[in-house]
Amino acid sequence: MANVLVVAELLEGKARKTTQSAITAAKQIAEGTGGSFDVLSIGDGAGAAAEELTGYGAGKVLKAEIPGGYTCEKYAATVAAAGKGYDVLVACASAFGKDLLPRVAAKLGAGVASDISAVHTEGGSLSYTRPMYAGNVFGTVAIKTDKQVVTVRQSEFGAAQESGGSSPVEEIAIQTDPAADKVEFLGVEVVKSERPDLSEADIVVAGGRALKSAENFTSIIEPLVDALGAAMGASRAACDAGYVAPELQVGQTGKVVAPKLYVAIGISGAIQHLAGMKGSKTIVAINKDKEAPIAQVADYFLVADLFEAVPALTEAVKKL
Amino acid sequence: MKILVPIKRVADPDNASKLKVSADGKSVTSEGLEWKMNPFDDWSLEAALRLTENAAEKNARVGEVVLISIGPNDEHTQRIIREGLAKGAERGILVDGQDVGLDSDIVASVLKAVVDKESPDLVVMGKQAADGDSNVAGTKLAEKLGWPIINYAMKIKTNDDGKTLEVQRELDTGVATVKVTGPAVLTTSDRILQPGSVKNGVTPDDHQYAKLEVGGRYASLKGIMQAKKKPIDQMSLGDLGVDTTKALSYTKFELPPARSGETTFVEDVAELVDKLHNTAKVI
Repeated sequence: MANVLVVAELLEGKARKTTQSAITAAKQIAEGTGGSFDVLSIGDGAGAAAEELTGYGAGKVLKAEIPGGYTCEKYAATVAAAGKGYDVLVACASAFGKDLLPRVAAKLGAGVASDISAVHTEGGSLSYTRPMYAGNVFGTVAIKTDKQVVTVRQSEFGAAQESGGSSPVEEIAIQTDPAADKVEFLGVEVVKSERPDLSEADIVVAGGRALKSAENFTSIIEPLVDALGAAMGASRAACDAGYVAPELQVGQTGKVVAPKLYVAIGISGAIQHLAGMKGSKTIVAINKDKEAPIAQVADYFLVADLFEAVPALTEAVKKL
Repeated sequence: MKILVPIKRVADPDNASKLKVSADGKSVTSEGLEWKMNPFDDWSLEAALRLTENAAEKNARVGEVVLISIGPNDEHTQRIIREGLAKGAERGILVDGQDVGLDSDIVASVLKAVVDKESPDLVVMGKQAADGDSNVAGTKLAEKLGWPIINYAMKIKTNDDGKTLEVQRELDTGVATVKVTGPAVLTTSDRILQPGSVKNGVTPDDHQYAKLEVGGRYASLKGIMQAKKKPIDQMSLGDLGVDTTKALSYTKFELPPARSGETTFVEDVAELVDKLHNTAKVI
């Protein structure tokens, strides 16, 4: 029997959708082993966010109000103290979860299975599948320490839905860590977009180096993105060249996405990029070079000059 | 400033799709693939070199970079350390250990033992190794040392004569800025390779490094010659007194399922729209 604590991720006082993916994994672990799960809301605005999280069937929702911006050292001791009462700690493998949970694990002497894509509970014993080598090998791993720490790949665990009921909210004490005095939070620039979140969108349109400029992303890619109601993504080369913001990067470094439709425009398909999108249901490539490695994963391939084909595609989509 | 940079050998990440799994599913085999420096470590080495040189004076060294690699004591691991020495690092340490016998927890413990001996001002390391993709060892190391962890650094600026660093961290929701008092552990993001990513108070602030497309700098011929004379200390896990009990146990490895179906080459935009609308039904 494994009792699970989900560490919620807050952004500007609200639970990010990553939290619902972590809840889905926690439910699988708890149900598969006959245990239960609780949720920890921690950070600036944790009290209000805790109220948002009472409808998901948790035994209780813990809250730890920590004002000011996030640093790993400010949160880890409190999460570890709360985690002492549980067998498994779960968070999403976002920049937040991957930063915070290893420090918590070290405090608890726990092994970490990071970025898992599946939970196994056969015979009541827990193991996890996780992608390795940029998604070219999948390993099944068991954690041998008393406590287990797990981060989950958002694209592999759908968002939990509210199931009714109301979990009680309980305040917990804040613990301090001397290392926290060494890090001063100066600020955060949160990127806002009217478009769907890249990690959650049903359709992603991504552009690569062949776009040649930021202006071409605006004039060629964005109209198609908006005609499809899609999220915009990019290859590492396009982000490095400054054509679009780094948050839009899809790949081994960057976001892992698995939308229903992924349209790769002017992206050759380096192995590190494929790692971030090859779980997509339908993949379209628009590229001049039909030998480009993106062909290994593309369901549909249009060999064409993107500067002509994409505006035509945008117009055709608008007519549907 | 003295910086410890851990570097790991990994099977060539650009050819990771050629990896195989043994018949019993118990191991991953990388036969035929070259051993390379983990690219994430290469970026971190670039950051460490920028922090410890005067780029306006032919990259004159003004600090010390010590490389540490944990791996089999063979020509491949040694070659990768020499590669880092040729780029500019001062010396290397090779801790003899089999990759399959290690996990992030043991790696963090080994690195802690080396930090205790070397007392660096910073550890700058890859956020993950391109084989295990765990993204755990750096943060666990920081906690074991009682130091702060600054993950995903994309810009680093030294302040107060190098006692503090102002670091921009790349998040998936934007960019956070923190001021950290060392010693500390840093990991880096792709953006650390940008021309103006590191300001060390010695190299003029307006200096722009050459644009790097994929990884860190190339070694110069002079660097390659000098590297042959630089020392590599060799030690064993036993010398460091590290507990090598693994926290994780892998029971099975599998290759990912192939994507179903073949690639359909469409003639034009009209056919593409037809397929997506009427066959795949995704638009």
